[in-house]
Formats: sequence, C-alpha cells, structure tokens
Amino acid sequence: MKELGAISSELRAISPTLRVLSPGIKATVQDQGRQGIRHHGLARGGVLDLRSAAWANKLLDNERNAACVEIVLGGFQAEALSACEVSVTGARADVTVNGKPVGMWQSLQLAPGDKLAIGHSRNHRLIYLAVRGGFKTREWFGSHSVVEREALEGAGPLQAGDLLPAGSHEPIQGAPRIAPPQAWQWLEQSPVLGLIPGYQHHQFRSADLRRLVTSQYQVSDDSDRMGYRLAGSPMADPPPGIVSEGIIPGAVQIPGDGQPIALLADCQTIGGYPKPGVIASLDCGLLAQQLPGSEITFEWTDTLTAQNRRRLFERQYQQTVWSENGRSPHWR
Amino acid sequence: MIQAVGEDALLISFGDAIDSALPGQIAALCQRIEALELPWLVDLVPSYTTLLVIYDPVAVNVFEARARLRPLIDSQPETIGPATNAQQGRLIELPVYYSQETGPDLAWMAEHTGLSSQQIIERHTAETYQVYAIGFAPGFGFMGQVDPSIACPRKDTPRTQVPAGSVGIANRQTAVYPKASPGGWQLIGRCPTQLFDEVNLSLLRVGDKVRFVAIGKDEFLAQGGQL
Repeated sequence: MKELGAISSELRAISPTLRVLSPGIKATVQDQGRQGIRHHGLARGGVLDLRSAAWANKLLDNERNAACVEIVLGGFQAEALSACEVSVTGARADVTVNGKPVGMWQSLQLAPGDKLAIGHSRNHRLIYLAVRGGFKTREWFGSHSVVEREALEGAGPLQAGDLLPAGSHEPIQGAPRIAPPQAWQWLEQSPVLGLIPGYQHHQFRSADLRRLVTSQYQVSDDSDRMGYRLAGSPMADPPPGIVSEGIIPGAVQIPGDGQPIALLADCQTIGGYPKPGVIASLDCGLLAQQLPGSEITFEWTDTLTAQNRRRLFERQYQQTVWSENGRSPHWR
Repeated sequence: MIQAVGEDALLISFGDAIDSALPGQIAALCQRIEALELPWLVDLVPSYTTLLVIYDPVAVNVFEARARLRPLIDSQPETIGPATNAQQGRLIELPVYYSQETGPDLAWMAEHTGLSSQQIIERHTAETYQVYAIGFAPGFGFMGQVDPSIACPRKDTPRTQVPAGSVGIANRQTAVYPKASPGGWQLIGRCPTQLFDEVNLSLLRVGDKVRFVAIGKDEFLAQGGQL
C-alpha cells in the first residue's frame, strides 16, 4: 500500500478513510483548482463539472472547495477503512455498497469494511465522489487538484491501493440527504453551450460565425482535461494566429483546420490560436460531461448573462438548507 | 485597451506587435495590481503584448472589475521612451554548456545558417534577452529576440523527449526546457540551473532580462547538470 503523495505530518494524524480498490479508467483528486499561479505557467486545474462537484460537497456540509475524486466513465471501487459518509454525483451510473444498490445525489454512510462500487456511466462522462470533510490528500500550490500533464512529483491519477484520508469523521446531523432536482436536472438537457463572443470575434468571417452557432459539433475521442476537440462543419477561413496571450478554461480556439477546440481546466496558460469566444462556466461542465460522439451546439450569450447564471447557481447552492428528514431541502 | 474575455477575465492590450519595451510595462502593471490586494483577483497572466486579469465573477461583475482597473491603466507611466528603473526587471545569467552532446541541432543549424557552431554560440551569448511570456510548461520562459542570423524554424517533427535544461531556438525566440518534455525547438546546449521547482516556482518572470553564459563540461557537471 502506498500513501497518496507525501501527506503532511499534521494530516498523518488523520487515519485514512478509503482505500482505492480500482480507479477505473481514470480518477483524480480535484477541488476548485489553484489560484495566483498561472503566471508561472501552471494550469488552473480543478473539477471539470463544478455543479456536480459542488452538490457532492453540499450533501455532506463540506466547504464549497473541498476536494472530491473526479472519476472518468466510472468503474471506481473503494473500501471504507473507517466509518465515513460519502456522496456520489454526476453522470448516472449504478452505485452499490457491498453489492446492494444505493442512490446517487444523496449522502451515504459507510461502515469499516464496506465496499463502494461505482459502475460505468451511461449517458455522461464524469462522476464525483465526495467524503465528509473533503479528501485531505497532498496539496500543490494551495490546492488538492492534480494536473497530470505537469508531471509534478506524486501528482498522478489514483491507483489501486492508494489511501484517501477524509477531513472529518463526525457524521452529519439528521437523516440522509437527497439533493433537490435542480442539482441534476440540467445534466439531462440537450447540450446547448452559451458562447460569449471574444474581442477577436470581428476577425472571423460572418459566414464562419454563423456556421459555429448553426451546426452540430461532435465531441471527438481526442478529449481530455486540457480540452475537447470538436468535429463538425469546419470554419472555411479562420483568421491567422495571434501573438500568444493569456487564455482561460472555456476558451474556444480555432486552429488552421477550422475545427474548434474547447479548452478546459488543465489547459495551457497562454496560446496563439484565434478565439471566437469563451463558453460560460456552467456550460463548460455540461460540455465536459459529454461522451465522445455526443453532439453539442453553441448559442451566443454575453458576459453579464453568463455571470448572472453563475451567480444564480451559487445563490441557490448557498441558500439551500436541509430539513430534518433530509428529503425536502428548500431554497430560503 | 481593456476587453472582457468570457465571464471571468479582462484582457489589457499594450500593443499589437512584439516589442521589447512592453514586458517591462506589463510587469509594472502586474505589480501595481498586486499591490491593491483585490479580494476578487484570481490570477494575472502577462504575455508578449497583453495582461490577462482573471477575477472571481461571483464576487464582482465585469463592470466593477473594469472600473477598478481602469485608473491604473490610465495612469501607467509613459508608454513611449526609455523604460524607468522600476520597469527594467532583473538581469539573470544562465550558464549553458554548448556542445554537440548537449546541442544535437548545432550541426544542422550550422549548415542551415552557414555559420560555424562557435559563431552560433557567440551570437546566442552576445544578446541580452527579454522574457516575454511564461507558458507551454511550468517555468518555460519565451525569450527574444534571437539574432536574425541564427534564427531557425522549429523542427518539422518535434522530439518526443527533450532533456531537462535543454536550450533551444525557434525562429527569433529562445528558451530553456525546465523539465524533460516533448518539444520541437532546435537544441544548442544545456543549462544546469533549475528553472522551476515546487517551492520557488518559476525562476523567470515576464519583464526579466536574461544573458546566456557559455560554460565548459566540468563546470556544467559541477553545477548539477545532467548529461
């Protein structure tokens, strides 16, 4: 058995809570990502689907930024080494404890020796596993997020045998919680992604911009935490490259072949491809949840609309309180 | 000029073309923004001609963020003319062991440029370079301008593994690979200095100036260089 990275001495006092039996195709520890480091060439990192991860934490009274395990396509199994509470959100999959089916989007109690198994996701890509108190794995630059492509010492995907400590072993008060429908309903919607026009917008031909919002794009196999390549009707005449400038997750780049690349959490910090716009942050999660071969469309939105949608989400999230039976949370 | 980028960033443009006067100005603006300790500031990403300011869109909206930054930009020190001392940045010397064994593209470059390996090395060390941007990988600094006589295009097929510390040239830019990684720059030598570590992060910052100093094999090894 190996510990996940070098866990600091104060955290060593916390006994490990879960042992990974199988990580599935890929699973990494992620929180909301890093801050104040991108000028060193370090990526932001962080959860790809902020809503599913936030609700996984909410179900356990965790901090908004607590670290979860982001599981790609399911197939993840773990054993509880001590009593703990967990939640599983995101892409729908069969979840069992000791072989017995349990629900997603709710809090689950695990006793020592319990085996949690998350099956393969069906219609979407990303599943989030949270634990009460958050996963207290090693931090890099003030964040638990693992950015695999940077190849930092100890920062890789989870492997069988890895031990995951939790921040709290105190049970939540009251009955098990069940997330309200607004926590997951958006995931079932057809993926129409709000695109905020960028300042280079006018350098694109109007026919190419129309094509961007009227054609369907397929999520290609060449899609990872850095970005998703989209395949569809290519832009006929994208503008030439620009002097490299800072770029953010959500930016849509158009390389010479005219096929868009949507950048995501682990993207590079600077880039020189022209960009017609940036995908709204909530819709980045919706895109990230799409399987290869899924079709997405873009529609124009604007900065303030995107900001207001994001704030509405945060407001609903912060103001959701759990009633005593855990089943009818309401929005104050 | 300040423009909104997506829902959580503003891009401040200093010019349209690469200009050695800009990194100093951009670095100075970074310092002035950092000094404000804005609670909603997430990240600053300086690059050749721009500064990307990333903010928390839940804490401020685009109008508030822009209004807070505008006075700083309007009061920027004169953008034309010689840089002030504050804009000069640090001067960092990077030792390089230039050789066939650490610079596998020196021979090709000699053929391509019609210069001898020694002349290429002399021209690479003669210049004081400006750090224009950090990116591609943690601690990877894009520096320029390389003397036109030794400017060479990237390799047609990038190497799958460039050794850590490799010093490369791509057109009129030069850089040191902080870590082993794939890469397509023409390699002329190797630098024993650590350009990135997890405690001190990137050695180079935008606005710094860099000179390369040729060293021999013994000194390269003594300074911790790996062959």
